Amino acid sequence: MTFWLLLTVNSITFGGLLFLLSAGFSLIFGLMRIPNLTHGSMFMVGAYLGTSLLGGTSGFTLNFWVAALIAAVEVAILGALMERLLLRRLAGQQLAQVLVTLGVSFMAADLCLMGWGGDPISVATPPHLAGFVRVDGAAFPLYRMAVILIAVVFAVALWLMLERTRLGAMIRAGVDDPQMARVVGIRVSQLFTIVFALGAGLAGFAGIISGPILSVYPGLDQDMLPLALVVVILGGTGSLLGSFVGSIIVGFIYNFGQALLPELAYFVLFLPMVLVLVLRPQGLFGGQIL
Amino acid sequence: MNSPAASPVTNPATSELTGGGAVRRVAIAVAVLALVAVPYAIEQVYYVNIASQILLYAVFALGLNVLVGYAGLVSLGHAGLFGVAAYVVAYLLAAGHGHALAILAGLAAGLVATAGFAALALRATGISFIMITLALGEIIWGLAYRWISITGGDNGISVSTRPMPFGLSLDAPRAFYDATLIVFLLAVGAVAIFVRSPFGAALCGTRDQPRRMNALGYHVLMIRFWAFMFSGLLTSVAGILFVYYTEFISPQALALTASAEGLLMVISGGAGTLLGPVVGAALVVIVKNVVSAYITRWNFMLGAIFVAIVVFMPEGLVPGAVRLTRSAWQSASRQKGTTRNAAASAPRPQS
Amino acid sequence: MSRKLMSRKVSRRAVLAGTAVGAAAALTRFPAPAVAQAKPFKLGLLTVKTGPLAQGGIQMEQGVITYLKETNYTIGGRKVDFVSADTGGNPAGAKTKAQELVERDNVDVILGPLAAFELYAINEYVQQQKMPVLSLAAADNLTQRTPNPYLLRASATSSQAMQPMGHYAATELKLKRAFCITEDFAFGYEQIGGFQAAFQKDGGCVVNKLWPPLVTPDYTPYVAQISDCDVVCQGFAGSNPLRFMKAYASAGLKYPVVTGETGADDALLKSYGDEAIGLVSCCPYTLDVQTDANHRFIDGMLKNYNAVPGQYAALLYVNCQVVDAALKATGGESGDREKFMAALKAVNLTDTPRGPLKFDHLNNVVGTFYIRRIGTKGAKYGLKLWNEVIKTYDNVSQFWTWPEAEFLAHPVYSRDYPPLTKC
Repeated sequence: MTFWLLLTVNSITFGGLLFLLSAGFSLIFGLMRIPNLTHGSMFMVGAYLGTSLLGGTSGFTLNFWVAALIAAVEVAILGALMERLLLRRLAGQQLAQVLVTLGVSFMAADLCLMGWGGDPISVATPPHLAGFVRVDGAAFPLYRMAVILIAVVFAVALWLMLERTRLGAMIRAGVDDPQMARVVGIRVSQLFTIVFALGAGLAGFAGIISGPILSVYPGLDQDMLPLALVVVILGGTGSLLGSFVGSIIVGFIYNFGQALLPELAYFVLFLPMVLVLVLRPQGLFGGQIL
Repeated sequence: MNSPAASPVTNPATSELTGGGAVRRVAIAVAVLALVAVPYAIEQVYYVNIASQILLYAVFALGLNVLVGYAGLVSLGHAGLFGVAAYVVAYLLAAGHGHALAILAGLAAGLVATAGFAALALRATGISFIMITLALGEIIWGLAYRWISITGGDNGISVSTRPMPFGLSLDAPRAFYDATLIVFLLAVGAVAIFVRSPFGAALCGTRDQPRRMNALGYHVLMIRFWAFMFSGLLTSVAGILFVYYTEFISPQALALTASAEGLLMVISGGAGTLLGPVVGAALVVIVKNVVSAYITRWNFMLGAIFVAIVVFMPEGLVPGAVRLTRSAWQSASRQKGTTRNAAASAPRPQS
Repeated sequence: MSRKLMSRKVSRRAVLAGTAVGAAAALTRFPAPAVAQAKPFKLGLLTVKTGPLAQGGIQMEQGVITYLKETNYTIGGRKVDFVSADTGGNPAGAKTKAQELVERDNVDVILGPLAAFELYAINEYVQQQKMPVLSLAAADNLTQRTPNPYLLRASATSSQAMQPMGHYAATELKLKRAFCITEDFAFGYEQIGGFQAAFQKDGGCVVNKLWPPLVTPDYTPYVAQISDCDVVCQGFAGSNPLRFMKAYASAGLKYPVVTGETGADDALLKSYGDEAIGLVSCCPYTLDVQTDANHRFIDGMLKNYNAVPGQYAALLYVNCQVVDAALKATGGESGDREKFMAALKAVNLTDTPRGPLKFDHLNNVVGTFYIRRIGTKGAKYGLKLWNEVIKTYDNVSQFWTWPEAEFLAHPVYSRDYPPLTKC
């Protein structure tokens, strides 16, 4: 019983992390029509930058949440730079854009190894969340509960942003029909930069938030990118609701697959992605951005 | 290094322009002789082994190029196909079967897997095609990695012998190079014939004008399917060469990174050209193995080269070099005012 | 006295011979005859500097360089040419890099590689080439049932540290029911096999064994399955012990945890938090070893890299000492591979960072192993946690206390051996 409960809660927590990672991925994919293969790198870079802010390598030690926000902003700036300096040059050439993101992910992984060394860095749980919630003999770490809450808060905030703000309306228009959006006077190129930065920032934020659970280590990028891909393909590109549902589904498949079918864990993880691509290419919630 | 790039004349795009069949034949003969001479010209065994690796990855890249370059379908799952053939061979050899059976079964398994990939992935094109092949590649990797009872997981499978075709031992690096060279030349020949055949022309048609091809009565899907199978065949052959070369197979050879490197070979050399993938394979293998001995951050370099090529020379090194020489040539002979800039018609991947 | 004269004579001749041989080698493909002691000794290292295994690999190189700096790049009376090769942590890369070291750089000995799958990938090749390899990789069988005569292991087999751990857990900690969990690869199987065999021999039993994959971002799905035991034995390596212990503590589990050489490596102390307090481990190296060599080693690591070393660096330093001692024994001669190999096997040292060591007839180390417990007591070098030695086992062989023939009659430790029994 405890086993099932623990796995279920963990699946939801992991789903929450995946949502933070993949919401931006999905928006970028929906708007620019490319899978951003540096998204895993942004997650990892965010985590590394966060550890530097936390660990005092930059000369001072910050509160966890402040550090997480600063790391997210830093990664967002990196994302904006990448969009401006590289992807912009290749506007309209999707294939070239995908390849560039792949190349940059190679570079980012090596730069992190250079900057932070190969040692795994563990991130301390923020002290006020270090405790447990005890239910029925099982202990659930408070921090993991908090992650679920954060994911929900971000989901609502993103929803409000897309639904209620002018920026959100422009993004929705761009995802629906980029040509039409341009015709009605939306500066699509500027929008690309904003969304790319937003997605990168979210990924970086997810990276440092996941630090106390996953810790930070070389190769984290390659562990996370395929998961984000599965989420977005399952949920449908450009769909916020899709990323949310997809994240929870993948969280469950990932956790229960590892525990119950260890030999086929990756098979059951990627099979739904293939099935969706083949049978319902737009994803479960494709075409519905919210 | 004796690079085959010394004779870009075999590039179909160029050969039409140089026109002379005789010139081309001479150039091909020179290139082949140079390749045969490689192990004798190189002093150190180490470089002979590097040359073998270049050739076997060139076969892989040639196979991938059939899809990427001629069919305009970018696959990020080819390392999976490479791995299926390699694992089947290693598994059967470890179980005590003979080389002939293992190789045939490896090819067969590679083709069956290819058919499966094709059946699923060809429902889409463009980015969706990339995503489906990526997911399929990850499935195969996941099986190799986690299906421990068959694959040994991270421990991989060791292969202790190489085959002895016609009683000739391939244990020595030079003998293995010769065998790889024969396979490589056959592969280049096969791709050259394929590209020049009506089928190859039809395939390029499906890349550039799929709707028109359909309207003209071509079965676009079947054309793509057979191109995929041909690509899978070459990839399987490369996988088998790989397992005999390293005498070992483990999941790393199937990872997404390996697929990405294959794509890097094709794109950097020049997708849709005969020589491009070969040059690209040489580039990647040399950076990974030779340059890495001098530069610690070779992964960074590989990524940077990739980005630079995509951004600045999107057609790849071979057509890029041809374009540069051509434009130099033309500015020299501009006074005669004969040709327009023909290099602009160099084949490009779908964009 | 006479040796000194000899060496001077040889070295003078070697200058001439060296150039002549070099010219000859350029023309023919025959290997240059080994003559010159004045020729630098070529020391090759197969390590991992990129990718997920880079952490241990970088430390390996630091250990070697620390030794070379200390000896001013001179071992056994010869100048050292050090060549380091990055395998990228994958078997195909290891093979290519081994070829590079042997065929292009003509090294005299190879230190490394790091991972068992890398060692398996190059094992056949180095035997064909008769290349002495001082492996860090722990693949048991290569010094047991299928020995490679050119392999020497001054570190430990995978099971070597776990066997005393099993003994200690059963006899001193008085624990009965163990739950085992480690990575799903040979190093993991052999560690847990060793623990289980020794633990059961002394009256314990194993409830269950779990094998998460090498790359597991979150261990909670596995931790959730741990129950009904009184000790957990984990055999994680690299950065995995950190994440495992974190997930373990997060799930609120309180069973004591024991581990082998990698699970509580001293180099991890700086990354561990409170979740690691109480972790008991058995390791062939610990920072508290009181030998001159260990003090020199730690000082060197602190000075050169500002890093508190762990066993990866320490054991590579030991490997260098072994090579140094063998070269001294042969008078600087390493050309005759069989003689050099014999000299390597005959090395018997007392002043090393890990304490005294010698080799058995299958080329594996017989040495001291330390049972440690992580606490805060005695912490030095700015660390908050420390591995405190609580028991020392001397002269531990890879066969533990079993007679060699009895040990070798069993299959190698694997996923299914020893099998689970009713517990």
